[in-house]
Amino acid sequence: MTSLTLVRRIKARPAIVFEALVTAEGIAQWWGPDAGPVVVAEVDARVGGRFKVRFRMLSGSEHETTGEFLEIVPPERVSMTWQWAGEDADPESRIDIVLRAIGDGTELTFTHAQLPDAKTRDGHVKGWNGSLDKLEAIFAKGEAGV
Amino acid sequence: MNQAERLDRTFAALTDPTRRAILARLERADASVSELAKPHAIKLPAIMKHLGILDDAGLITRSKTGRTVTVRLSPKPMREAMEWLRRYERFWNTSLDRLTAYAEAKETQARRSDK
Repeated sequence: MTSLTLVRRIKARPAIVFEALVTAEGIAQWWGPDAGPVVVAEVDARVGGRFKVRFRMLSGSEHETTGEFLEIVPPERVSMTWQWAGEDADPESRIDIVLRAIGDGTELTFTHAQLPDAKTRDGHVKGWNGSLDKLEAIFAKGEAGV
Repeated sequence: MNQAERLDRTFAALTDPTRRAILARLERADASVSELAKPHAIKLPAIMKHLGILDDAGLITRSKTGRTVTVRLSPKPMREAMEWLRRYERFWNTSLDRLTAYAEAKETQARRSDK
């Protein structure tokens, strides 16, 4: 199963980080791939509730992402489905964010995974982490040859 | 197969060290099945099974000339997998940097009003 995991140590208490994750006001401050603004943030933060976030990139292009909250456990965990709005988009994927109190703040672990199907749900995740370095090495060479 | 299924297969195929070694070997040059089997302390049927998985994932192609099967690397699925990772890594790295800055500013505000 394809997945991406990122970890951040944030000098802020978990409750503050959590609020930034599940409120429209918070999300509007950070969601997007560059310094461009969030232009729409609609967030219904309860299990089964949906969100819609539209952001404008510095290039001027606008993109919209939507999803549904699967799990909300303040101030520890948020899980949601995630999808680009519009045709020709990637299939729905899943985001899990886990917050852990550490000495001077919060450790945030962010995982973006494709929603696993029944066949791949078991067993592949562990192996994948170790594969990344090799995959990148192989791919870098493969790309040079194309 | 849709894109998600293709990606899953690619990543699943790459979780095994023998299969990664086979791909690394094929990166240098095409090879016959027996050449691929040589560095591994496993029997030919086991190698054939690994090749079957790599083939299903679209990572290799096999062609037969006489009694020799030549195995070649097929880089497209790997490229798709890397594109997926790169795109989201860029997106979320930037987003989480901004989230960090925002939360830390809120924390500073909160501490100030605590006093």
